[in-house]
Amino acid sequence: MSKIKSLSDLRKMREDMLSSLELRENADSDQAMVQVKIGMATSGIAAGAREIFNFFASALPKRNIKAIVTQTGDMGIKYAEPLVMITVPGKEAVVFGKVDIDKADEIIETYIKKGELVDGVVPQSYKTI
Amino acid sequence: MSKINQHILTCGGTGCRASESKELAQNLRDEIASNPAIEGSVKVVECGCFGFCEKGPIVKMLPDNTFYTQVKPTNAKEIIEEHIVKGRKIENLLYTDPVTKEVIDESKNMGFYKKQHRIALRNCGFVDPENIGEYIAREGYEALGRAIFEQEPQVIIDTIKASGLRGRGGGGFPTGLKWEFTKNAKGDQKYVVCNADEGDPGAFMDRSILEGDPHSIIEAMAICAYAIGANEGLVYIRAEYPLAIDRLKIAIKQAEETGLLGDNILGSDFSFKITIKYGAGAFVCGEETALIQSMEGLRGEPNLKPPFPAESGYFQKPTNVNNVETLANIPVILNKGADWYASMGTEKSKGTKVFALAGKINNVGLIEVPMGTTLREVIFDIGGGIKDGKKFKAVQTGGPSGGCLTEEHLDTPIDFDNLLAIGSMMGSGGMVVLDEDDCMVSMAQFYLEFTVEESCGKCAPCRIGNKRLHETLEKITQGKGVMEDLHQLRNMSEVIKETSLCGLGQTSPNPVLSTLDNFWDEYVEHVEDKKCVAGQCKSMLRYVITEEDCVGCTACVRVCPTNAITGTKKKPHIINQDLCIKCGACMDKCSFDSILLIA
Repeated sequence: MSKIKSLSDLRKMREDMLSSLELRENADSDQAMVQVKIGMATSGIAAGAREIFNFFASALPKRNIKAIVTQTGDMGIKYAEPLVMITVPGKEAVVFGKVDIDKADEIIETYIKKGELVDGVVPQSYKTI
Repeated sequence: MSKINQHILTCGGTGCRASESKELAQNLRDEIASNPAIEGSVKVVECGCFGFCEKGPIVKMLPDNTFYTQVKPTNAKEIIEEHIVKGRKIENLLYTDPVTKEVIDESKNMGFYKKQHRIALRNCGFVDPENIGEYIAREGYEALGRAIFEQEPQVIIDTIKASGLRGRGGGGFPTGLKWEFTKNAKGDQKYVVCNADEGDPGAFMDRSILEGDPHSIIEAMAICAYAIGANEGLVYIRAEYPLAIDRLKIAIKQAEETGLLGDNILGSDFSFKITIKYGAGAFVCGEETALIQSMEGLRGEPNLKPPFPAESGYFQKPTNVNNVETLANIPVILNKGADWYASMGTEKSKGTKVFALAGKINNVGLIEVPMGTTLREVIFDIGGGIKDGKKFKAVQTGGPSGGCLTEEHLDTPIDFDNLLAIGSMMGSGGMVVLDEDDCMVSMAQFYLEFTVEESCGKCAPCRIGNKRLHETLEKITQGKGVMEDLHQLRNMSEVIKETSLCGLGQTSPNPVLSTLDNFWDEYVEHVEDKKCVAGQCKSMLRYVITEEDCVGCTACVRVCPTNAITGTKKKPHIINQDLCIKCGACMDKCSFDSILLIA
């Protein structure tokens, strides 16, 4: 570990370290992060889920949205893949189907940013506990 | 997939480690490493104590904040495959509220955490104690940095004084004042000492802070050193705390490597170093003068005060001794301001206090609440009430120096002065909850046994007096007490309190006095009726065979070690009370529930 030689060095180090704790800091607060889960079982990946994953993972930080992008397993609604489940804090999770890059862009701009639903919502027939 | 987007926090405190949390963390890491789809995106962090020791080992999943309890190393595979990969919560590992039977998946919804306010424990169960970077990210060493470069020592002392912080080790002496005395004392060399000799049975907050957040103690000691003009610090810790010692050593090494300890801290001309001194685990060494003697290599015996350590302490140099929990509050107070801290608590006790909940309570664990919270809130809302639906009888606060409080005290707001006024004390914050099955005379006897063992023997009232107290209590629990003994107990207690040299003897009769005050009838019952309603004093109980239920199988006759049971085959047997040693072997053996224990 390198030496911290001044107060400003210490503060810089804190800035650098903050991102590694961001996940934990926000977990209990009301400004929890948007969660984006992408169904990435074999069929999901075949339908192009990996591209969608990469798009969300790179686009969200660029647009200054605090979000966590994770992959998940088969969501069971195969006809509509690739599937993306978005959980905006304080709201029920919403699943979007047949997501391509344009749709993903629309989801970020319209649903995540403005809170307005966009086409392509897949009704969920089950609840996650 | 190289960006870490999920954290798994596991508890790495002593309690959970004893339940294999270290193996669990390793299994989780192995599972992650063997799954290429998630490798590199999930991080396992071993934190300090989450406080919810009752249901340890604890695992917290982030970002979704799921709180798993009693997780075994064998659950690692399921957690990775189900929770991480498939995003499904594992229901049988979630917490079930003992009263409402409701399954709760997030810690913030649990009664245990709702009323807590964590300041001293702010980083416990949140950061990796072996990673200085995570402490720095939580505003760590900011207070020290600002102190060195931007504040005069007196400004720091004034802030601590204004915050109203009082010593958390038991005495409740204003911390800022103590610092000021040491600062104003004359001496070329001064010392800062951290008292980590936590000795109360049932208290484990200091250990948990050192295990979960050792850097906060290092930072606070350095701030104190700057404020009082010292450049050397010592941590006096009992050798029985190996994990706390390990973590503290790692933290000291990391702080030295990063230039936050040692010569010219952060490039300034302030230098400070810390060494660790080990104690052998003697209760009396928590008393500051005995602690200093022990650090000097002498016998751990207290000295008369004055002179106070602030004037003449470690090797006769001015020495400031603070307890671990007290120190843990310092960096936050300097970062957030004295007014913020003083806004919490009661008129004379500011801030929060950590309590170790133990005994017959649903949620055994470590909690932190604002001063002024009532005992009822602590025991019933946070502690989840009494185990197995039994009735609350008393709560013992302050360890061997404190007293037993009853139902009528439950609505008293907890602070230093209120507890003293009702015959107990804050002590270091141990809280042992007792139910209807606990005998108060035995309870007092237990604490006296501890005091007798831990008395250093320097002064007669403590050495001889406590021994006599213990003998008298023993006599009563054996059913040989007379009424005169009860008056004798009170007389002796009062003399010991008034004439002992140090805090140990001055407080050791408290468990006796408070139980005499609050449970007088129970003492009288023991003496006059030879009866122990709680069924704890074995000599007052009788094993009897009920005639109707006994089939005369002779099973009990064969296990009785003293041949106290007689009777012919297929006829009801009887127990000869003169021969019975009350071992209970017959009762365990009887298949017909025909043997009863009566008071």
